[in-house]
Amino acid sequence: MIRFILGKLLYLVPTFLGVTIVAFGFVRVLPGDPVLLMAGERGISPERYQQLLEQLGYDQPIWRQYLDFLGRLFQGDLGESLVTKSPVLHEFLTLFPATVELAICAILLATLIGIPAGVLAAVKRGSWFDQISMGAALIGYSMPIFWWGLLLIILFSGILAWTPVSGRISLLYYFPEVTGFMLIDSLLSGQDGAFGSAVAHLILPTIVLATIPLAVIARQTRSAMLEVMGEDYVRTARAKGLPWRRVVGVHALRNAMIPVVTTIGLQIGVLMAGAILTETIFSWPGIGKWMVDSIFRRDYPAVQGGLLLIAAVVMAVNLIVDLLYGLINPRIRHV
Amino acid sequence: MTATPDLASKPPAGTRRQMLGELWFYFRQNRGAVIGLWVTIALIVVALAAPLLAPHSPSMQYRDAFLVPPSWQEGGSTRFLLGTDAIGRDILSRLIYGSRYSLFIGAVVVTIALVGGIVIGLVAGFFGGWVDAVIMRVMDVILAFPSLLLALVLVAVLGPGLLNAMIAIALVLQPHFARLTRAAVMAERNREYVVAAQVAGAGRLRLMFRTILPNCLAPLIVQGTLSFSNAILDAAALGFLGMGAQPPTPEWGTMLAEAREFILRAWWVVTFPGLAILITVLAINLMGDGLRDALDPKLKRS
Repeated sequence: MIRFILGKLLYLVPTFLGVTIVAFGFVRVLPGDPVLLMAGERGISPERYQQLLEQLGYDQPIWRQYLDFLGRLFQGDLGESLVTKSPVLHEFLTLFPATVELAICAILLATLIGIPAGVLAAVKRGSWFDQISMGAALIGYSMPIFWWGLLLIILFSGILAWTPVSGRISLLYYFPEVTGFMLIDSLLSGQDGAFGSAVAHLILPTIVLATIPLAVIARQTRSAMLEVMGEDYVRTARAKGLPWRRVVGVHALRNAMIPVVTTIGLQIGVLMAGAILTETIFSWPGIGKWMVDSIFRRDYPAVQGGLLLIAAVVMAVNLIVDLLYGLINPRIRHV
Repeated sequence: MTATPDLASKPPAGTRRQMLGELWFYFRQNRGAVIGLWVTIALIVVALAAPLLAPHSPSMQYRDAFLVPPSWQEGGSTRFLLGTDAIGRDILSRLIYGSRYSLFIGAVVVTIALVGGIVIGLVAGFFGGWVDAVIMRVMDVILAFPSLLLALVLVAVLGPGLLNAMIAIALVLQPHFARLTRAAVMAERNREYVVAAQVAGAGRLRLMFRTILPNCLAPLIVQGTLSFSNAILDAAALGFLGMGAQPPTPEWGTMLAEAREFILRAWWVVTFPGLAILITVLAINLMGDGLRDALDPKLKRS
């Protein structure tokens, strides 16, 4: 098992180096002089320009600059935001919990509905439940989620006035940040209604972000179940008189879960892309909105750092999924 | 001697027609797929005949008709069937013209991604060794980023606009084609018909494009339809974020971005462009599902 883990880790090294080259290269290929960009509208004296050029290392050859970039990276230094002047890593870590909270809620919702729906659709193949749920899954899969979010806002925030339009919690509440997760912090604060407010703010973004993963998981579960239920061992289990419930729940489901777990893991990239749109629509103060804002503010160090960190998160989650996959399916460990 | 590989790589016309007939036979059994096909054909007709079908010019601003509701609602008129937007443009006409952009984006992006991915995948799968290793690591790097984020950053580098958005989306979608092609090539490379063609003296290019490629097409066609709908969604998302087609282009995502501030006052400005995106993407996905089932022999009999 340790060899399996080490092998996977080693495999990631070139990919991660490639990611750093993309993030490093992104700023270099931008039109315009980085120092002049930093100086802003007012301009800069030639002496100060030379000084900044040397200070930032832009007078060095490009490979040297890249190595310096890598060196700082491994010390956790991703540079400073041009707008807020605070370290990019710090900004990322401050906003990251908001995105994680949203993503966890979304993937939980998608899994808790998607797997039972997929199993039921497969077991009752051809029934009205199968047809309606798979029709809904196809619509969800085809959904432009930025529009879906706007529709939900019109209905639930506009017409029914049930949920707030934006943010993470009502301004009425203020309490210190402990974990960064609003659901937990609001409970810890002990203030009346704080938790309810956090939940109300979270519902619509969660539904929007969960839509596509839910559809994908339901479809994948159904097809994996159908495939497994045609296998010999399922027929054997039925033939020896095991109850149908047990055949489906134990023999079929456990084997069908192998591709489904991979699918759920692969949704993390989908979630990060979805977070960009969802957070923009609901003004959710997370990484996705921060990236979009940084791109529009031309805050290149922030974009560079964000790009790198998001890719690192996606790679780390994919690695964990790979390892889990090896755990539930011992066969692939030896390939 | 040269006639042999020709026979091997090019089935007689009768066989080809039979294969297409069989494909159509299985495709037709899937009701959703047939509906998807008809809707797609209808959309293509609408896009081609836009100037004939649209009641107004997509950029004409009627000063007397700001935010007019759809005709069936109070205050609406049959002059503007789906109402007007904040500066008095007819929404129906803009939607009709918008279909041109979406279908064009899908077609261009899939073509670029498909051709690029096939060439890269063929080279990687056919040559193997370090060529394969380097190419596949580069693909891994592209896939490590969430696609929309990478497309967004690429457009920020290239400059906002429809053309750059299409290039960025194609670049992000292309690794899927490269991976599929490579896997198929590696499965086919040592098969007898390929060795036979090689022995008969077929060159590398001929082996790659005429002998092997036609036998790897099925998964690529399916991926192509799925990417078509993905391209439309991503382009609309970029337009919505202000990085795709720029106003006043009647692109559906861009229309949504312009409509955002009126969302609680005028539901029709927001609803119809999104509905157009959903219907288009849904139709193409239905078709893609049908194609996959028809092309996949394993599922045919189940």
